[in-house]
Amino acid sequence: MLSTFITNTNPNILYASALPPDWPGGFWSHMLIFIVILFVFVILGVMAFIYIERRVLGRFQIRIGPNRTGPFGIIQPVADTIKILIKEDIIPQNADGLLHLLAPAIAFIPTLMIFAVIPLQNGVALVDLNIGILYIVAISSVSVVGILMAGWASNNKYALISAMRVIAQVVSYEIPLALSIIGVVLLTGNLSMNSIVESQNIPFILLQPLGFIIYFIAALAEINRTPFDLLEAESEIVAGFNIEYSGIKFALFFLTEYAEALAISAIIATIYLGGWRGPLLPPILWFLIKMVAVFILIIWVRSTLPRIRIDQVMGFAWKFLLPLALINLLITGLQVITLPDLSQWVIVAINFVVTAVLILFWSKFYRLTGDKKVEV
Amino acid sequence: MTFKTEPFVVNAGPQHPSTHGLFRMRFTLDGEVIQDVEPVFGYLHRGIEKLAEGLNYTQDIVFTDRMDYLTSMSNNQAYVLAVEKLAGIQVPERAEYLRVIMTELMRISSHLMTVGFLLNELGAFMTPLLYMFREREKILDLFEMVCGQRLTYNYLRIGGVSQDIPEEFLPALKRYIDSLPGFIAEYDQLLAENEILLMRTKNIGILKRETAINCSVSGPVLRASGVNWDIRKADPYSIYDRFDFDVPVGSVGDIYDRYRMRIEEMHQSIRIIKQAMAQMPSGEIQSKVPRVLRPPKGEAYGHIEAPKGELGFYLVSDGSTNPYRFHVRPSSFINLQVLRELMTGVKIADAIVIFGSIDICLGEVDR
Repeated sequence: MLSTFITNTNPNILYASALPPDWPGGFWSHMLIFIVILFVFVILGVMAFIYIERRVLGRFQIRIGPNRTGPFGIIQPVADTIKILIKEDIIPQNADGLLHLLAPAIAFIPTLMIFAVIPLQNGVALVDLNIGILYIVAISSVSVVGILMAGWASNNKYALISAMRVIAQVVSYEIPLALSIIGVVLLTGNLSMNSIVESQNIPFILLQPLGFIIYFIAALAEINRTPFDLLEAESEIVAGFNIEYSGIKFALFFLTEYAEALAISAIIATIYLGGWRGPLLPPILWFLIKMVAVFILIIWVRSTLPRIRIDQVMGFAWKFLLPLALINLLITGLQVITLPDLSQWVIVAINFVVTAVLILFWSKFYRLTGDKKVEV
Repeated sequence: MTFKTEPFVVNAGPQHPSTHGLFRMRFTLDGEVIQDVEPVFGYLHRGIEKLAEGLNYTQDIVFTDRMDYLTSMSNNQAYVLAVEKLAGIQVPERAEYLRVIMTELMRISSHLMTVGFLLNELGAFMTPLLYMFREREKILDLFEMVCGQRLTYNYLRIGGVSQDIPEEFLPALKRYIDSLPGFIAEYDQLLAENEILLMRTKNIGILKRETAINCSVSGPVLRASGVNWDIRKADPYSIYDRFDFDVPVGSVGDIYDRYRMRIEEMHQSIRIIKQAMAQMPSGEIQSKVPRVLRPPKGEAYGHIEAPKGELGFYLVSDGSTNPYRFHVRPSSFINLQVLRELMTGVKIADAIVIFGSIDICLGEVDR
């Protein structure tokens, strides 16, 4: 049961503090209402992100982006959604009908579930699980099953290649991703998302610069964004796993893709950027600003970098990110044990130097280009 | 326990984002690795060679525009060169200079597109391509100023060019040519030091020198493999012997070298255009050519260094107004002969990039 995980009995934390403490119906009523709130948050967030992405990408690519539908094209995502939803739902003749139908739901639901533990402001979350970050790591890798199902059930070769790629990629990047999070957990001594935010007197991006870089790169691979967008490498395998999807099923996959980006932005904002904490502005606004900032960074990467090949993607995870994540974990552990009384700003300085040295050293040590000499 | 396995055949095309038109490659895959590739041509076949035999020499210029639609000026140049050889027509000085300027601009435009599409295929989502389009747009504006067209120019005529340049053309060209090296250098700096770009292109898709020569490959693809062969130097046509320029030559023959060749050639084209602008005489732009051209019986082959390689036209005249035989040596088509050689044993992602680095135009391959 869910309630067995909830050991924190502080009502202000357990129930959303945005709701009155004597909210009728207690826990389950809170659950019901908060699920609706989160669902609306995700849908609106995805729409906003699609709009932001198209506009910002347009600026990067010296063009304007959508600006016809509504003021500044702001309701373009609505128009897109309506267009997608009224398309005919096609199931290929030799497809596995059941899997084809289930795949979008299995991909989307875990992504939605990530938001259950993300604190929108102090204590405002569906549940403040005491294993929050572990729950996120666990649940976020489920949606890849949906993508594999979609790739297999479509009975399409491009889709199958895409599914094969994504399984290898996501499973590999789970490891550096989880290891870099453990660095944060060592600092807080707590897995709950709300406590992680509360313990960030200095944002963890400063205390854990290497961890942040590893997490950001691995997260890009997790959500299949450039330069790890092998999943839907348009110039190679056309559209990848969703090539045979149309109508509302395609809309669900599209929603999943952006909800994952939303989730990653929210997680980075929470565990590395100090979540809802910040001066002057209301906490929820700080949270949203940090999320959008992370997302714009993701768009920046997307508009700039070419794609990596599949074997290079795997090599990068195992030979570059994994050792660095382990070293980061070791250094953080040593710092937590041996230097507990040192000023945090000194540790910030140490960690930045260590990060720069490690990355420079490791990129000399392991060159992705290889030193293979070829005779002509 | 053994598993029964069988090769996995994937069709890339004829509708595929990276085939530059209607081209189809049947990949036989082992996982991600390509074991065999079978190119399938002909989806864009319009029978230009046969159609051209039904029209007279001047009318045929229009067909050459529509072969490689990204390098129309160069196609015009190759064709009129062949006709001028066939009929023994002299071209006025000023027209030659105009031709050189136009074809070199066309080369820059074509190479910009090649580099842009190559990077797009590498997965840099549209951004480099749109920057390249921005620069190409200015070249199209210049062409529009000269001949009123933006894609199929039909500017060159047998024995000259169709019209003289307007007054404002040369200042506009000078402004553009002065700004271009900075743009290319800036962009090259952004890309050439990008680790992902390097690891996707270095030592991949190596075309060996012997293979390149044996398959009759030409243009930047051949030069990237280390063969110094540029028709502008090897068999100077028009007035190319008057200009001072270098022929960039690669050393490895991989995708990166082919990419570099295009960047270097743009710089060389800029040099040629600058010299041509400085030397340009005034005078006639069209020599006296009979309205109905009846070349003497015989045959002629005119070839130029088009942006994509050697483009040749072989014409046979039977003394009538129409060519008896109109044969094209298409650079794109012949460069494609090394496709299987290059693609066997690489991964799908590399195969697409190799295809992009050869730089073909399906309008010319299928004609």
